[in-house]
Amino acid sequence: MSGEIRLKIDGKACSGLKGETILEVARRNEIWIPTLCYDERLEPYGACRLCLVEVKGARGLLPACTTEITEGMEVRTSTKRIESIRRTVIELLLSDHPDDCMTCESAGSCVLQDLAYRYGVKRSPYAGETHKYGILNGNPLIERDPNKCVLCGRCVRICEEVVGAGVYGFVNRGFDAIVSTPYDHSLLDTPCLFCGQCISACPVGALTSKISKGKGRYWDVKKTDTICPYCGVGCTITLWTKENRIVNVTAPIDKGVNKGDLCVKGRFGYQFVNSPDRLKSPLVRQRDGSLKRVSWKKAVSYIAENFARIREQYGPDSIAGLASARCTNEENYVFQKFIRAAIGTNNVDHCARL
Amino acid sequence: MTNSIEDIGLADVTFIIGSNTTEAHPVISMELIKAVKAGRKKLIVADPRNIMISSFAEIVLNQKPGTDVALLNGMMHWILKKKLHNEDFIAERTEGFDEFKKSLAAYSPEKVEKITGVPKEDIKRAAEMFASAPRANIIYAMGITQHTTGTDNVMAVANLAMLTGNIGRPGTGVNPLRGQNNVQGACDMGALPDVYSGYQKVTDDAARRMMEEAWGVPLPAKPGLKVTEMVDAALRGDIKAIYVMGENPVITDSDLNHSIKAFQSLEFLVVQDIFMTETAEFADVVLPSASFAEKEGTFTNTERRVQRIHKAIEPPGEARPDWEIISEVSSALGYKMSYSTVYDISREISKVTPSYRGITPNAIAGAACGIQWPCPEEDHPGTPILHVGKFTRGKGKFMPVHYKPPHESPTKDYPLVLTTGRILTHYHAGSMTRRCPPLEEIAPEALAEFHESDAAAYGIGEGDIVEIATRRGKIEVRATISERANPGVVFVPFHYAETPVNVLTPSALDPVCKIPEFKVSAIKVKAKKRQGQTRKNL
Amino acid sequence: MSGKDRVVVGLATCGIAAGGVSVMEEIRREIKKRNLGVEVAETGCIGYCFAEVLVEIQKAGMPKVIYGEVKPNDVPLIVEGHLIEGKILRDKALLIEGRKTPEADFLKKQKRIVLANCGLIDPENIDDYIATGGYEALKKVLSGMTPEQVREEILASGLRGRGGAGFPTGQKWNLCAMAQGKDKYIVCNADEGDPGAFMDRSVLEGDPHAVIEGMIIGGYAIGATHGYIYCRAEYPLAVRRLKKAIADATSRGFLGKNILSSGYSLDIVVKEGAGAFVCGEETALIASIEGKRGMPRPRPPFPANKGIWGMPTNINNVETFANVPWIIRNRAKKFAKMGTVGSKGTKVFCLTGKVRRGGLAEVEMGTTLREVIFGVGGGIKEGRKFKAVQIGGPSGGCLPESLLDTPVDYDSLPAAGAIMGSGGMVVVDDTTCMVDLAKYFLTFTQMESCGKCVPCRLGTKRMLEILTRICKGEGKPEDIDLLEKLAIDIKEGSLCQLGGTAPNPVLTTLRYFRDEYVAHIRDKRCPAGLCVDLVTFHIDPEKCTGCGVCLKNCPSGAISGERKKPHVIDEDKCIKCRECIRRCRFDAVYTV
Ligand SMILES: Cc1cc2nc3c(=O)[nH]c(=O)nc-3n(C[C@H](O)[C@H](O)[C@H](O)COP(=O)(O)O)c2cc1C
Ligand code: SF4
Ligand code: SF4
Repeated sequence: MSGEIRLKIDGKACSGLKGETILEVARRNEIWIPTLCYDERLEPYGACRLCLVEVKGARGLLPACTTEITEGMEVRTSTKRIESIRRTVIELLLSDHPDDCMTCESAGSCVLQDLAYRYGVKRSPYAGETHKYGILNGNPLIERDPNKCVLCGRCVRICEEVVGAGVYGFVNRGFDAIVSTPYDHSLLDTPCLFCGQCISACPVGALTSKISKGKGRYWDVKKTDTICPYCGVGCTITLWTKENRIVNVTAPIDKGVNKGDLCVKGRFGYQFVNSPDRLKSPLVRQRDGSLKRVSWKKAVSYIAENFARIREQYGPDSIAGLASARCTNEENYVFQKFIRAAIGTNNVDHCARL
Repeated sequence: MTNSIEDIGLADVTFIIGSNTTEAHPVISMELIKAVKAGRKKLIVADPRNIMISSFAEIVLNQKPGTDVALLNGMMHWILKKKLHNEDFIAERTEGFDEFKKSLAAYSPEKVEKITGVPKEDIKRAAEMFASAPRANIIYAMGITQHTTGTDNVMAVANLAMLTGNIGRPGTGVNPLRGQNNVQGACDMGALPDVYSGYQKVTDDAARRMMEEAWGVPLPAKPGLKVTEMVDAALRGDIKAIYVMGENPVITDSDLNHSIKAFQSLEFLVVQDIFMTETAEFADVVLPSASFAEKEGTFTNTERRVQRIHKAIEPPGEARPDWEIISEVSSALGYKMSYSTVYDISREISKVTPSYRGITPNAIAGAACGIQWPCPEEDHPGTPILHVGKFTRGKGKFMPVHYKPPHESPTKDYPLVLTTGRILTHYHAGSMTRRCPPLEEIAPEALAEFHESDAAAYGIGEGDIVEIATRRGKIEVRATISERANPGVVFVPFHYAETPVNVLTPSALDPVCKIPEFKVSAIKVKAKKRQGQTRKNL
Repeated sequence: MSGKDRVVVGLATCGIAAGGVSVMEEIRREIKKRNLGVEVAETGCIGYCFAEVLVEIQKAGMPKVIYGEVKPNDVPLIVEGHLIEGKILRDKALLIEGRKTPEADFLKKQKRIVLANCGLIDPENIDDYIATGGYEALKKVLSGMTPEQVREEILASGLRGRGGAGFPTGQKWNLCAMAQGKDKYIVCNADEGDPGAFMDRSVLEGDPHAVIEGMIIGGYAIGATHGYIYCRAEYPLAVRRLKKAIADATSRGFLGKNILSSGYSLDIVVKEGAGAFVCGEETALIASIEGKRGMPRPRPPFPANKGIWGMPTNINNVETFANVPWIIRNRAKKFAKMGTVGSKGTKVFCLTGKVRRGGLAEVEMGTTLREVIFGVGGGIKEGRKFKAVQIGGPSGGCLPESLLDTPVDYDSLPAAGAIMGSGGMVVVDDTTCMVDLAKYFLTFTQMESCGKCVPCRLGTKRMLEILTRICKGEGKPEDIDLLEKLAIDIKEGSLCQLGGTAPNPVLTTLRYFRDEYVAHIRDKRCPAGLCVDLVTFHIDPEKCTGCGVCLKNCPSGAISGERKKPHVIDEDKCIKCRECIRRCRFDAVYTV
């Protein structure tokens, strides 16, 4: 292929296209480089310094996430120096991080926890002042715990670059730098759209879904990839279920048309499934107008009798069927087949135009 | 959509008309915003309201509701005048250009400004920006289709794409966004009165014979009734029984009082749903079905991508997947259906549907991200972009269309225009989202959006309850004074059963598609009660 | 300047701070009262910051005299004595033209290119600038040189960026000239956020046109369409003078559309900074100009390719630009004759701390530290002993006496562990604790860290905590290793040079004054007697005369003693406020 750039990463011959970064090529070649502030969906940022690599001939270490590949480049992703910095970064982050993985919503899906595990960092040698911020949850959906924030800026950037709402920003400097909303307002008083994209971007437990709290963490739920039941975009979502209930919804970053992005309905609009209002058994209207619970068998034969009678009496075109833009293809197919082949009319439609 | 969602980002210019993208198709909106923010794209947004996506647009055109054809024709008039049309494309790929060209002569920017209310300079700028982009695409949604002139609107959009040669390449195309998650699939599957699956016409003898053979019964050749026609037929007494699977037509249809009467007059009504809907209240039999999370199958999204869904939990109580119920009812009626899994059905679909031929359960299980039809055979990769090199019908035909005023125009008695639509947080009739407490907390009630000048003229304050009336009915709704509204146009969302805005909308239909005019009704308003503050709904 | 008698008052920020405005008012009043035909003018900072307010008197037939430390009530004397009676007031005179005074060394040992006009011309008068050859260089460039020729000339001069990194200016201009873009920006970095540094301010206040002329020439050389001067908001006078200078230059046709009918156009806008040190970093500066929070981003892409609004952008320091007109007027060759092999021309330093004559010192590259500190600066104040010099601001390094013969240039300073930086030079004497000094600089950088990257945000905080505990005597034996390891990881791991250089003061003090760290940690002792937690106060009975001054001034009543007999300090009551040390005229109070 023309325009192909060849390079070596840890001695392995790799190739990529102009404009690709070292990180992208490394990942494709299954060479692991740790990251924290990197998110496929966002412009690379280069803040966490975990992805620093050595490039032959370059002055200093370079972030793999922002450095574009060049012909003949020789990259080393792990040297003593690099590993020392990575470890220091992890130790520093843990030095101002609550030690509460036990009760953290993100345990199991937390990048910092994984890194500490991988590097075997039990306790930071840099114990010192820690922050004691209050939890921010003055809205129905998103809980923010600034104490856990690693300032990777992923929430700030996804809200700005992808959602366009620009709700979050950095304030203060030095040790007290923190992510905030304008004038520290509750999310309800900002342009927040409650898409929860910030939650999806946060690598730690600083941003979590309020409605999933305490309901089940990464490792103790069943995860099922499926398609969102709302609009026509057809986003891929992952249902987290436990004890026959949906407890959380996320979107896989590497799948579907949405590649990890979701809106408020897709991410948070799942509680209807386990609503107590769900219909649970067939019902048949009585003379007095009330609905009575009946068995499936009874209901089905009652329907069949009535349709047979009406068809007999008024002809098949006196019957019509409305299919659904919310049912599956198979169901719609079976439905129109039913109307056409079993009833014998083409009076079938659905509310497509709404 | 002629192109893919992934492909939307590639266009240098995207023209959005009649799509409140951010609220109705949020993830596509994100795709657009990403490209705009990264400096890869410019947006032109045409909408009667200042919708969210407008704030990312280079050019915003606030046309009066129902004047889309005039606006589009005006832009094309200017494109021709500036000689920015794509001559090669027109010569090679289209027909009917000369006649079409003549039809645009009358649409000078000056005249179009008078009709649409859009300043002529903006019309010119938009036309030039769209036509000079190397790759430009058009996105539209119900704001284009839900009009008595919906079909004309759609043709005008197609004309613009052909005029500028923006068809059949990545980053171009005409991209209608479908409102509901499987509208595309329901259409593809033949849940339409005139076609079988894959848009094979019931009137086409060969197609019918093929289906008769596959299904083993004789089939009627006469096209059936569309939803809106069914309602009228029911009122007339011609339709006696309706089987509703997973819809709530009483709420979502226009001219609600009219449809309530129709459903009440039926002899027999079956409603199969996951909730006790407003329509189910009139039913003789109500059947509990499984939700999306409780079954297997496929959905087809707005870009024709067929994707698998997976069962995550068991349905509650005795609820069952719709296909199982229908099969059983059919068998009881004497037409045996004996599918043991949903994939038996999929296999049958692929057999009788040319565009789905390759979309077998096996193929789709192996695909990374579903398969986009047409997919004629099992190892075909699917078709991300339609009309590459050639239109399905051969040459693309320019269809001259002319501006017709909407069914209703403001009068002395009904001086304002009502337009209806979605808001971000809720969906459709609200049966799902309104059962999610946090979403309900964020957007608990319908808000009618008024421009401050109209609010002042009618003495309406923020949070007041107002009465909105048309010739068909009236509702009470809380008002908000909104920067999204333009003078003379009031917006009310249709998700709230307690604020049934479709009491107001007309039953006037597009003559071809029979889509009701949800987007334009003449209304009068009256302030009723002083109230406190509102929180701006999302 | 005419033959008329003239009084010039230094009214830069330093002069104003010292009371220059009231001195000026007093002079005007005196002259009016006595009806003297004397012209009164103001000028920028001449650099004698140690002796503000400065008043210069030019009287026909007399040598030019500069009076220092002038107070309003000195004015009548000076007017009467010098202007009327023609007598020089020797005890007040700092400088007398042609006369050798110690203060004359201050200027004589300097080589003034950038500061040539500062303190001499009226910065608000464009004609003053033009009279000294101002805008000649621009005319020369626009009338007879191609942009390539200008860039070659600057490249040949060997000029390197004075903002800190010392990148060759000609090369930078070439990169930006090569880059493609609809617009191109030329930016003057006047953020000057180093505490204690004010050389850029002095140039902006004293000779704004030189910077602007340099920018226009640079703009022409790279093809810039727009210019920005990003100036620290805390410099209101500089901002005002820049705006006036831009307006004046525009009205004379040196700026704006079709400059001097050459077809080249450039506009320059002054943008006031957001007040953060890190905004001086190029990419943060760009973000700030775009209206975002000033946070650096990784390079590449370099500003030369992707700067303001994604367009090619060239950023240079104030002093860098101020050198440009001189180079064009006098040719690159002449410039390149000054300095060392790798570092040409001069550099302005801000000499502060315990040096006798603090102020602005412009010296030829390659001058040794000793010459600057002892020659220009006149050595250490109050006869104390030189201990170290911190060069390059908070991100620089601290060099000991043994390195006093290091030449100041871009190669020698880094070799010693310091940097040229923007030119701050803080001299400390033997009363300074080096751990405390490192802590002081790190406090600044930690506070100014933008917070974007982990090593800088948290690393400097933890280093600071370690230094603090060492100063408190709570240091642990492993702390030195911990400090060193953190310092190196922060240096190599940080995103921008704020973090990349923040550990320098610690690393250099560890390198040259390690024993002081060890003393704090192991012996719980502060050798300089400064760290309050580690010292106790005592009175030397040999030296104490029993005057009782300390007793009277001790706020906690810790001192007792009879008159004329040695006093004693009660350790339990002493709050270590150092008041007694400050008060004792016999040096009898000491710390252990
Ligand atoms: C934290 C930090 C602060 C800086 N502050 C300034 C400053 O105030 N003024 C300045 O000219 N350069 C400053 N710089 C250096 C600039 O990034 C840049 O190198 C310089 O403006 C380039 O101009 P030059 O090539 O003329 O030196 C700073 C750098 C860093 C890392
Ligand atoms: S809240 Fe999460 S995503 Fe946002 S900056 Fe903090 S750690 Fe990163
Ligand atoms: S080194 Fe410090 S100032 Fe520079 S980017 Fe990192 S945190 Fe910000």
